[in-house]
Amino acid sequence: MTFGAATREATRARWAARASLILKPLQSALDAFPPSRWLMRRLDRRALKGRLLAIAPPYAWLLIFFLAPFAIVLKISFAEPDVAMPPYTEVFALIEDAGSFFLSIKLNFSNYLLLIEDDLYLRAYLNSLKIAAISTALALMVGFPIAYAMARAPRRWRGALVMMMILPFWTSFLIRVYAWIGILKNEGLLNGFLQWLGVIGEPLTILNTDFAVYIGIVYSYLPFMVLPLYAALERMDESLLEAASDLGCRPVKAFWVITVPLAAPGIIAGSFLVFIPVVGEVVIPDLLGGSDTLMIGRLLWAEFFSNHDWPVASAVAMILLLILVIPIVLFQRHQAARQEAAR
Amino acid sequence: MRKYVLGVGAALCALVVGASALLAAEDKVVHVYNWSDYIDDTILKEFEAETGIKVVYDTFDSNDTLETKLLTGNTGYDVVVPSGSFLARQITAGVFRELDRAKLTNYGNMDPAIMARVAIWDEGNKHAVPYMWGTTGIAYNVKKIKERMPDAPVDSFRMVFDPEVIAKFKDCGVYLMDEVDDMHQIVLNYLGEDGNSQNAETLKKVVPVLKAVRPFVTKFHNSAQIEALANGDICLTMGWSGDMLQAKNRAIEAKNGVDIAFSIPREGTLMFFDMLAIPADAPHPDNAHAFIDYLMRPEVIAKASNYIFYANGNAAATKLVDPAIVNDPSVYPPPDVMKKLFVVTPYDAKLQRVATRQFSSIRGGE
Repeated sequence: MTFGAATREATRARWAARASLILKPLQSALDAFPPSRWLMRRLDRRALKGRLLAIAPPYAWLLIFFLAPFAIVLKISFAEPDVAMPPYTEVFALIEDAGSFFLSIKLNFSNYLLLIEDDLYLRAYLNSLKIAAISTALALMVGFPIAYAMARAPRRWRGALVMMMILPFWTSFLIRVYAWIGILKNEGLLNGFLQWLGVIGEPLTILNTDFAVYIGIVYSYLPFMVLPLYAALERMDESLLEAASDLGCRPVKAFWVITVPLAAPGIIAGSFLVFIPVVGEVVIPDLLGGSDTLMIGRLLWAEFFSNHDWPVASAVAMILLLILVIPIVLFQRHQAARQEAAR
Repeated sequence: MRKYVLGVGAALCALVVGASALLAAEDKVVHVYNWSDYIDDTILKEFEAETGIKVVYDTFDSNDTLETKLLTGNTGYDVVVPSGSFLARQITAGVFRELDRAKLTNYGNMDPAIMARVAIWDEGNKHAVPYMWGTTGIAYNVKKIKERMPDAPVDSFRMVFDPEVIAKFKDCGVYLMDEVDDMHQIVLNYLGEDGNSQNAETLKKVVPVLKAVRPFVTKFHNSAQIEALANGDICLTMGWSGDMLQAKNRAIEAKNGVDIAFSIPREGTLMFFDMLAIPADAPHPDNAHAFIDYLMRPEVIAKASNYIFYANGNAAATKLVDPAIVNDPSVYPPPDVMKKLFVVTPYDAKLQRVATRQFSSIRGGE
């Protein structure tokens, strides 16, 4: 025991030494930079150093992989299509006039006007939201019993059950969606089985319909619903239900009055995790949906690939982002409130 | 000291010379981006064995995908295969480098008549050489069509554009092409209009025709029909000549009892040429030339035609192609059919938007 503790202590010291190897030069560089010196004096030095190190990577990540691409897409959305490489006009240009340089900015709003004038886009946005909302509700209905059973299973099984939920992720998403084509097509496994049972005479047309899209989405996104639900339900104190039962509350009522409110954080988190990515989903409607499954992701694809109109495609993407920002912000608020409450 | 400096100098020189020699010689690799199901793999292996240049082969199934990648730039591809009218637009955008004829020793094998045809997209044949050409026609499951309509007009586009005819095949599955431009041009030609019309008003005439048949169409796609037709999942489709003949052969090989036929409709149809070209920013242009030159050898391109059932543009190769293919009127059409085949030039941006919008609203079943 003592030996183990000593080794741990030594390891910790070694890591601290290594860390200071990196931190020291960083510290001195910061100290040499006048504004940071001023900042340092104002703030507690050690707290700042720790905070900076913890905050910098995620912010750098967001800056590089979110803000920069966002700025590029925003720029393209104000350009005009052109037969060139890349296929749009420049928004910013440096113009020389009588020895002085001017930055010329040409903003073209017609891409956004097009989205308003043609109702195709509005219908596609609405339909995407509709499909996302229905899929989320279906995923909740399917996911809740699963999560509930997992949370009530004997403790030693739970790890294995969670593992089973995650296991499908080890296969490519694309292959799993493709597998559904084999199951749902007219001469596929499902129709073959139903005909063998004698339930149906003629094969049901499921593939290439909205129904197939719902099946594909609910299947693919189910783990995102189940895992947060499981996390919430597992923490629930079962004695509350016993108490309710002792006091004469029927199980159904106890479920609605006790279980659901306590699972609410999981329901909300799971719903957002399903809803937000489904709105922009493109692979599932393309593979399983019919040609009349109108979703904004496919429309974006058409603007980009068929029309070669990157500016309009960018404008469609910007509006989609705006639409999604609302639920994302709501979700963030909810998460923040929860963390506050947990503290 | 002086000796030392000299020594170091000499060593540096040797290093620089060595390094530049290394840089001058390209890596022994060529990145090829071609249509799916469009080559006999042994051709790639034999090219690798002969030249020592490794072929990294990648595929696409629509001109749109290729064009978007090319316009983005830095694709890393050395040889790409766009169809004629797309090639024309891409040349305007500055996507391609001019071919170095000195490096194409087999250039003389090409058919002058074909070269003249493709010059409408590539003036003076500066940027590309034809790989294969074909037509968009109709393929069908002989048995299922006969069961449903014994006197079906199988040599006419009425099969897919006449609502009364296509309705009979709804239950066994019908695919149409998912190429915006091709569908407009073919329908206009079917209506007796100029297939190459560049007029927005004329283009609108396509809408009622396709809308009327939309309820009977299972899917719009460009490549899925090969498998679907061969497996018996669908019974009628529009498709590219060679693809449909591949489907026919796959069904024969699978011995699944599916009998497929392909016809070039009597109304005439679109003729396309897939062209070998080298992007301006290709990392290995020398290897790209070597690869294209290899494909212009009569015995090589004949082997490709024998495998994929497309006609090539190589005059010296015709006698080496399997007689069954050369004599197949759906691959090498007789002169009277040839007269009805037409080629097109690309739409400009405005017209492209009109066409795409129309087509997506048809596809969406509005």
